[in-house]
Amino acid sequence: MSFLTLTDLSKSFGHLHAVADVNLSVEKGEFVSLLGPSGCGKTTTLQMIAGFIEATRGRIMLDGRDITHMRPNRRGLGIVFQSYALFPHMSVEQNVSFGLEMRGIDKSERRERVREALSLVRLDAFAHRFPRELSGGQRQRVALARAIVIAPPVLLLDEPMSNLDAKLREDMQFELRGIQRKIGTTTIMVTHDQSEALSISDRVVVMEAGRITQVDTPYRAYERPETSFVSQFIGKANMLRGTIVARDGEAIRIDLGHDLAETGSTSQLPERERAIGVGDAVTVCIRPEKLKLGAAGSGRLPGRVTSRFFLGSQWLYRLDSRAGEMLVCCQNHGDEPLEEGAQVGIDWNTESIRFIQQEAARG
Amino acid sequence: MDSTLRSSEPAATGKSKRTRRAPWHAYLPMWMMSAPALLLFAVLVIVPLAMTLALTFYRFDPAMGPVAAFDLHNYAEVLGSSYFHTIFARTFGIAALVTLLCVVIGTPEAYILSRMGDPWRSIFLLVILAPLLVSVVVRAFGWSMLLNVNGLVNQLLGAFGFGPYKLLYTTFAIVIALVHVMLPFMVIPVWTALQRIDPQTENAALSLMASPAVTLWRIVLPQLVPGILSGSLMVFGLSASAFAIPGLLGGRRLKVAATTVYDQFLSSMNWPLGATIAMLLLVANLVVMLTYYRVLERRYTRSMG
Repeated sequence: MSFLTLTDLSKSFGHLHAVADVNLSVEKGEFVSLLGPSGCGKTTTLQMIAGFIEATRGRIMLDGRDITHMRPNRRGLGIVFQSYALFPHMSVEQNVSFGLEMRGIDKSERRERVREALSLVRLDAFAHRFPRELSGGQRQRVALARAIVIAPPVLLLDEPMSNLDAKLREDMQFELRGIQRKIGTTTIMVTHDQSEALSISDRVVVMEAGRITQVDTPYRAYERPETSFVSQFIGKANMLRGTIVARDGEAIRIDLGHDLAETGSTSQLPERERAIGVGDAVTVCIRPEKLKLGAAGSGRLPGRVTSRFFLGSQWLYRLDSRAGEMLVCCQNHGDEPLEEGAQVGIDWNTESIRFIQQEAARG
Repeated sequence: MDSTLRSSEPAATGKSKRTRRAPWHAYLPMWMMSAPALLLFAVLVIVPLAMTLALTFYRFDPAMGPVAAFDLHNYAEVLGSSYFHTIFARTFGIAALVTLLCVVIGTPEAYILSRMGDPWRSIFLLVILAPLLVSVVVRAFGWSMLLNVNGLVNQLLGAFGFGPYKLLYTTFAIVIALVHVMLPFMVIPVWTALQRIDPQTENAALSLMASPAVTLWRIVLPQLVPGILSGSLMVFGLSASAFAIPGLLGGRRLKVAATTVYDQFLSSMNWPLGATIAMLLLVANLVVMLTYYRVLERRYTRSMG
């Protein structure tokens, strides 16, 4: 049995199903991200685990105990809030110490543990400051220290980085992962930032409209998305619509229109869609960095550069082709980039593409 | 003047609003911009106050009225007489009690109000503000009808076999009527302080295993202190200088500083003595409020701003 298990967890507000039948198992020590656009139910799910929102249906099991209807102040989970929710009238030390005090831990041990937690987040020197005397990044680390000092069974992070600027956010992501590894606390983070979820979690849970669409390791979620929503929400993707025209065992042949055809294997489809047959509509999904640009006339498809964006380590090109607009991402090797208006040939490897059955066809 | 003329040139016919010159009044020095308010304040507050202060150095002659004396005998009279000591003690005692009651009633009231849903919140806010919308005379008359020996309160007590009690023309009547009208001055600032609280701090405390009661006491209440502080200052100041309520519900014998001033001016016609009591009330009020503010402010500016 997993450490934390959500079974058929649902929450309805009137007729609105904010969260519907969420099933998830989290192992001890794992770092799991709930990822999705705003309004997908990820925060509601977290709030149900925290106990601030009562589940309409379903069960939450923590370490073999049913905590579904337990009051939030009995659960003893560590929570980092989006706004940090530091107590403004208490010093950093008092903030961090509060949870220990509520657990009736004596003063000398409290002081020792507060000191440890503050040094873990590198805030030893700020113990006597008040929250309003700290920067955003420091406040966030106080919130983290306050949540981990109580050695909670589960650490819940509600969009912890959303109030930090981009540079600081990146630093904090590494730091957060480092701290989580060190203390080994099972962690669930809610985020709408896919790069954040990919870079620091063991597994990502992609949610859409109150439901889980895919639970996978970051690498597999990126390389083997199971729905077109996932493929477009995590990273960027070129989507070409086609129809299966032939199938022989695992081998399939897809007509993409515009005089384009593609061959592949059913192993490139999500597992539950492998029974696909002739006449079914599929989407061919190709990541921008998997497309290759060559001289005009080469490759599978001619294209014209309409605009380009410099991203530092990469160039992102928007191309116009007869199959529609294509996004291509090229490493910046220091060569001259392509000019806008340049004619190119677009090519890709059959192995690096992914097929997804079209939603409409699945019903 | 020069700047006024330059800026009155037609501004580039509205085409580029960003390059337009700042309006003429931006070129005036700061003190000149506040001049109208300053003038109003001077005429309506500073001058009468200065005249009252000057009056305290006069001597009262029953035959000729105020005569210039330029000594401090009025101050000596007020500060040396136990009669005035009692009046001042009563005044500040009532003000302190009213402030305390307003804190005790108003703070939970504001908290409950902030937790209400919308139709009810507006209705109850109106109920709290209602005493301010009613004329002080009508309000005082209402209380005297409720509190007199044959009034509703005594009838109710009588039904349970108590009383009748003398409620009207007592300190009790003054305090209850003052609390009634002063409550909005406590509820509104506390409510404003509540709006500024991050609602997640309560959840944060709960998640750290604090009970709801501990959360309220250790997390919510301390964050309300700035609101309670400003509410208390208003309530105390207004209560200490209240005139109509103590006058109408305290009767002739239960005098407070403000009603004594009135009596000195209009019954005894002793203007210098009345002015002295008024000045001493002002000074005492200032001292009490500043001390209170300093003591609490020092504790909370660093954390709460």
